[in-house]
Amino acid sequence: MKTLMTGNEAIARGAYEYGVRVAAAYPGTPSTEILENLAKYPEIYSQWSPNEKVAMEVGVGAAIGGARTLVTMKMVGVNVAADPLFTVAYTGVRSGLILVSADDPGMHSSQNEQDNRYYAAFAKIPMLEPSDSQEAKEMIGLALDISEGFDTPVMVRTTTRIAHSQSLVELNDPGERPLKAYAKDAKKYVMIPAYGRARRLVVEERMHKLAEYAETVSVNRLEMNDPKIGIITSGISYQYIKEGLPTASVLKLGLTNPLPAKLIQEFASKVEKLYVIEELEPYLEKEIRALGLEVTGKALFPPYGELSAKMVREKILGEKNAQILPFEAPVRPPVMCPGCPHRGLFYTLKQLKLTVAGDIGCYTLGTMAPLEAMDTCICMGASISGALGLEKAHPEMAEKLVSVIGDSTFLHSGVTGLMDVVYNGGNSTVIILDNSITAMTGHQENPATGKTLMGTPAPQVDFVALAKALGIKRVTEVDPFDLDHVKEVVKTEVAAKEPSVIITRRPCALIVKTSEPPVEVHDCTACKMCMKLGCPALSFDEANKTAVVDPSLCNGCGLCVNVCKFNALSKGGAN
Amino acid sequence: MANLNILLVGVGGQGTILASKILTHAALAQGYTVKMSEIHGMAQRGGSVVTQVRLGEEVYSPVIDEGEADIIIAFEQLEAYRSAHFLREGGVLIANTQKISPLPVLIGAATYPDTILANLKDKVKRFVEIDGLKLAAAAGNAKSTNVVLMGVLARFMDFPQEVWQDALKARIPEKLLALNQKAFAFGYDYPGVAALLETVAGKE
Ligand SMILES: Cc1ncc(C[n+]2csc(CCOP(=O)(O)OP(=O)(O)O)c2C)c(N)n1
Ligand code: SF4
Ligand code: SF4
Repeated sequence: MKTLMTGNEAIARGAYEYGVRVAAAYPGTPSTEILENLAKYPEIYSQWSPNEKVAMEVGVGAAIGGARTLVTMKMVGVNVAADPLFTVAYTGVRSGLILVSADDPGMHSSQNEQDNRYYAAFAKIPMLEPSDSQEAKEMIGLALDISEGFDTPVMVRTTTRIAHSQSLVELNDPGERPLKAYAKDAKKYVMIPAYGRARRLVVEERMHKLAEYAETVSVNRLEMNDPKIGIITSGISYQYIKEGLPTASVLKLGLTNPLPAKLIQEFASKVEKLYVIEELEPYLEKEIRALGLEVTGKALFPPYGELSAKMVREKILGEKNAQILPFEAPVRPPVMCPGCPHRGLFYTLKQLKLTVAGDIGCYTLGTMAPLEAMDTCICMGASISGALGLEKAHPEMAEKLVSVIGDSTFLHSGVTGLMDVVYNGGNSTVIILDNSITAMTGHQENPATGKTLMGTPAPQVDFVALAKALGIKRVTEVDPFDLDHVKEVVKTEVAAKEPSVIITRRPCALIVKTSEPPVEVHDCTACKMCMKLGCPALSFDEANKTAVVDPSLCNGCGLCVNVCKFNALSKGGAN
Repeated sequence: MANLNILLVGVGGQGTILASKILTHAALAQGYTVKMSEIHGMAQRGGSVVTQVRLGEEVYSPVIDEGEADIIIAFEQLEAYRSAHFLREGGVLIANTQKISPLPVLIGAATYPDTILANLKDKVKRFVEIDGLKLAAAAGNAKSTNVVLMGVLARFMDFPQEVWQDALKARIPEKLLALNQKAFAFGYDYPGVAALLETVAGKE
């Protein structure tokens, strides 16, 4: 049976069909739906970890334990997981271990555009790159075979267009789900230098064997056609080439670390002009050049953004597209939802003119107009530690400085930053925005929400106790809809001569829906104060000089009621 | 037949996803190869959503390039405007007349262009403008605007009625089916479409 599946669904299906037993991940676009789909198979144990390093380590443990294992993350997550990754490349595994790295060319939902193919080369592990959902599924099976056959972790690298595009997948019945017996083997799994040096040699030998294997593995294949144009490619770019240049000859690489040198040379000798078409960095191109071959790649294509069939046609054939309609529309940026618990805090931070070290999550939208209350956002966790650095550079700023961080992000990598603040005598104020969910990536559970990925109840991290245990003496909990109180507390804590933590508590408006009726407007004075909230349910009617509430969008949170000094906004049904 | 490129654009919450599911269900039933690509990361935060559906005998790229959409179904005016450059010459643009102001407009930092429909009509020969919201409400639920628009789309495709009806049955919960069938019919029988088919046929 064939069904339409996204790449992410297909990877989950592959894990199911090819005997995966354990899966761990931290959410991140475009990888998140892999585990969300995997969690539908009760025969596989799957979990959200607090961060990617932990997920990777859980995976390493399970694979050393003899279970086929899948670990998934978005590309920046691999930065976090790199430490265990580079060393499990030395130890190898007992049963198959796959790391899925989901890259995001075009930065649809990421803070950078890093090309994680270099991680496979850097860590010296084999890498597979699927070009559609069917391949994504099959490559899970192949990755497990390679992992077990060569005793190595394997990286499967996808990109947004693979992860989030649907194409047809042939479904098969699942095979067996093997579990090997555990046996201690310290020389293999305890990486003290003496043992590590021995494993280092194993890694080199393994890469040689894999290079031989790459020459014949079926996912590296020649598609000879017109020999005038020969293109080496991998991943989604293959589809753009087949679409844009149907008569070209193609060397399609599915195993892209290590590369098949002989196959590449053979292909080069068969074609008149050799191109390499790949998204992002000249990863393949540099390797091909290192073989002494002449090849054209990044001279024509940019090292950033996504490619397309049209771009391939234009750059290789010089074809121009017909005329394009010329309209320009105002942007439609994403905004915090009506009733979002984060909104009021950013309104307050702006009012108080504070410097805000930001972090990543829905609350990063607080950087957009009209709130515009964020100074920095680098990576997950960087708010607290970054604020400490800023304070050390400018001690006088401590009284004007806060960091903001979501519950999931705090657990991911904020805890160590807070520890550093206490340990090294920081004075800034840390605000944990606890909306009881990992909202940004589509609402995943985390260690503070009381539930696991598979739906079982779990203990909840107690943020107050945790902050106190780290040595924070001033911990305050506030309701972010109570604006006066929020303002008072922020003012007091920022002025305090020691570090403090404020926890704003309100569930995400999309998770806990209120039953409040929409707000009503009476006798608006046109002061436009409420427009500073940036609530998409509020607008201003210039003709009639009045604020307008869209009752189909308003969730009745009452934030604007609090902001209006003239009582023009009132809770629905109040009078 | 050559591949058919259909772009669905709208705003988070407008039901573009269900619409694309009905479309792909019908296309698969017709025996086509289908690929679909979606950028929906921020859909829940009121951003633009774009779903690209490609169908044919053999489909490679899941993405529709600029100037290559055969049909664009825009669930909202501004999104029709934003995506119009994807339309190929001679392509069909179906625009729901609903307006949803983006935040920069709501806070007065930008204005919502008031000549969108006129400009599109001027440049696009095969242009359908339709108040899908009103028709959906008349069918029983404003939320079925997406299905009204699928009814309009069906007029420009050669799938038999039963295929569309089966797709509705497969993708819509039983208790909402009847009103959605009605919504679909309102779109299918929309007089604006018939007129357009005729004028275009007459001109060509
Ligand atoms: C290392 C890394 N992993 C994952 C992501 C994707 N990501 C961005 S924000 C976020 C979590 C946001 O959750 P939370 O901090 O609770 O804030 P909320 O969105 O709920 O407001 C995730 C998983 C990332 N940017 N970087
Ligand atoms: S999803 Fe939740 S946390 Fe994110 S913007 Fe909406 S209400 Fe706020
Ligand atoms: S009560 Fe006010 S701030 Fe809250 S959702 Fe409604 S309009 Fe927006």
